[in-house]
Amino acid sequence: MRKTYIWIALLVIGSLCIFGCAKKDSDAVRIGVIAELTGDIPAVGASCKNAAELAVREINDGGGILLGDKKYPVELIIEDNAGKADQSASSAQKLITQQKVTAIVGPNASRYALPAAEIAESGKTVLITPWSTAPKATLNSKTNASKQYVFRACFIDPFQGGVIAKFTLDNLKLKKTAVLYDVASEYNKGIAEIFREVYEKNGGAIVAFETYTTNDKDFSSQLTKIKKANPDIIFLPNYYSEVPLQIQQAKRLGITVPFIGSDSWGSEELLKLCGKECEGYYFSTHYAADSASDATKKFIEAYKAKYGTTPDDVAALTYDSFGLLLQAIKTAGKNDRQAVRDALAKIPLYQGVTGSMQFKEGSGDPIKSAVILQIKDGKFAWFADAKP
Amino acid sequence: MAYLFQQALNALQLGSIYALIALGYTMVYGILTMINFAHGDLFMVGAFFCFLLAVYLKLSFVPTLLLSMLGVACLGVIIERLAYKPLRAAPRVSAIITALGVGLFLENFTLALSPYPKHIPPLLTNTTWAIGSLSISSLQVLVIALSLILMLILDFVVQRTKAGMAMRAISWDKTIVPLMGVPVNKIISLTFAIGTGLGGAAGVMYGLAYPVIDPYMGIMVGWKAFICAVVGGIGNVRGAMIGGFILGAVEILVAAFFPSTYRDFVAFTLLLVLLILRPYGILGKPQPQKV
Repeated sequence: MRKTYIWIALLVIGSLCIFGCAKKDSDAVRIGVIAELTGDIPAVGASCKNAAELAVREINDGGGILLGDKKYPVELIIEDNAGKADQSASSAQKLITQQKVTAIVGPNASRYALPAAEIAESGKTVLITPWSTAPKATLNSKTNASKQYVFRACFIDPFQGGVIAKFTLDNLKLKKTAVLYDVASEYNKGIAEIFREVYEKNGGAIVAFETYTTNDKDFSSQLTKIKKANPDIIFLPNYYSEVPLQIQQAKRLGITVPFIGSDSWGSEELLKLCGKECEGYYFSTHYAADSASDATKKFIEAYKAKYGTTPDDVAALTYDSFGLLLQAIKTAGKNDRQAVRDALAKIPLYQGVTGSMQFKEGSGDPIKSAVILQIKDGKFAWFADAKP
Repeated sequence: MAYLFQQALNALQLGSIYALIALGYTMVYGILTMINFAHGDLFMVGAFFCFLLAVYLKLSFVPTLLLSMLGVACLGVIIERLAYKPLRAAPRVSAIITALGVGLFLENFTLALSPYPKHIPPLLTNTTWAIGSLSISSLQVLVIALSLILMLILDFVVQRTKAGMAMRAISWDKTIVPLMGVPVNKIISLTFAIGTGLGGAAGVMYGLAYPVIDPYMGIMVGWKAFICAVVGGIGNVRGAMIGGFILGAVEILVAAFFPSTYRDFVAFTLLLVLLILRPYGILGKPQPQKV
């Protein structure tokens, strides 16, 4: 009896190995994706995976990528980092050393992008993070100079924090802000600090600067404190899964002032989790699906047709990351990590679905603009543009 | 003054949920001297039952609460029968590892069904009463009141009924009591049912108070409730209730009067100091090791 079980187990493991490893195509250009498919922000990972598959399918439908005089198919290898920093690093390691990918796209959230970026830099493999806006992601942790192999498709927090601060002061004309942010998360912390700096420099006052740690669900103590400070508006640079709780609890405590957020709000999940409670609030993000150019509209249509939802900013940025990467591989003309890196760094003004972008000289950060969206009738609606 | 009162209310709400979960740890420990580390995840399952019943069967609050409690209690009993009972004679460490495994199984099972955070619809219309600058929500009152009622019922069951007497007797001595004709297996199952049922109730109330739930929600809350049980004196039912309210109060009040960044640091330092002063917890009694 026992022996039968062992044989069945061996058979299962064996077949997993055969089917798991058999699909290798030695000629293909392999691109790795690290996405947050499970963990605390699975909607981000799902968007990233969807957009990656869309981008790769489009290129493969055209016969693949042209290198020299032959077209090569693109093979996508998707790794789940389970919403963990250590697993992000090990996924990057696995993609670089075992799967021998040409380049990596992802992870998205800064707290996962940072460890993966370190591995990619030491492994001399291009890594483009679609959504990580923390400046540190593309900076060398020892010298603070730009990393050589790490790029991103989005703007960075100093820019975004400044945009939100100025929007609050100039457009909304609100001079007293309270901030509640996750002190254990790289992204939230960075943007909160930059917001405070720019806001105070331009004549605003931060009346409360409160924190919590990832996975907290009770914010009543901090919100009661914020209520006592009597702000005009509350800034929540937190992820879409936490923001609805914060807003609901604030309302239950009798807080009536509006809220403003950052690009971490921009998931359709926010609308589902929030219901009507987030109506009328603003946040800054990468692109507005409703005021899109022709190329963007084409992408939105294709995405909608395949997955049934409007692509969020992560999807659009992942698509752009692939656009940048595929163009760089084409320019390099060969499936070689170093050549792809050099081509990517020198890419001329790229017209992506989230607007035009170009990498700053010697840096992995693109110059691009931001938009402010408002939540209106249960949808994200364009409100204002913010140029770099 | 209103500020202090508001924070006290916040503390009561958080504390009553911690206390309900801590009860599950302490009851199981009392009777089996085993820490059921899957308890935090059973609490999570309670919240997901609440979600399923409220969204797909569109039940109202009372049936949702009762059915979720029942569901989690059944699950608790099944887990005890399948995973813990075969190990009752094994070293305690094996049982604890099994409990951790069961917890991981529950997490990943829920995760496999759907990794997305879920939104629990408002089962009750929430009204907020404003008294001066003080805001009291009906939900807050409900969570506190319901937890207190459940704890009073439990206290009655443990102290005044025959089954409660049997539970206390088994936790006192496991060799003699069965000889007196006490059905040990039944009592252990009953303890699991009550303990995990309370965890399920806590899950429902947590889901109402913090309506975004995910498969990992039980980990941190579970750890904190375990700390409550230890601080109150593990194995002691009243101690777990006190421990829950202490941790709730410490967490809220530290954030209220210190920068909130120091919350966990100050809160857990205070609890450590408390344990140094009273190593067996507030109501725990030192148990001499039988050699």
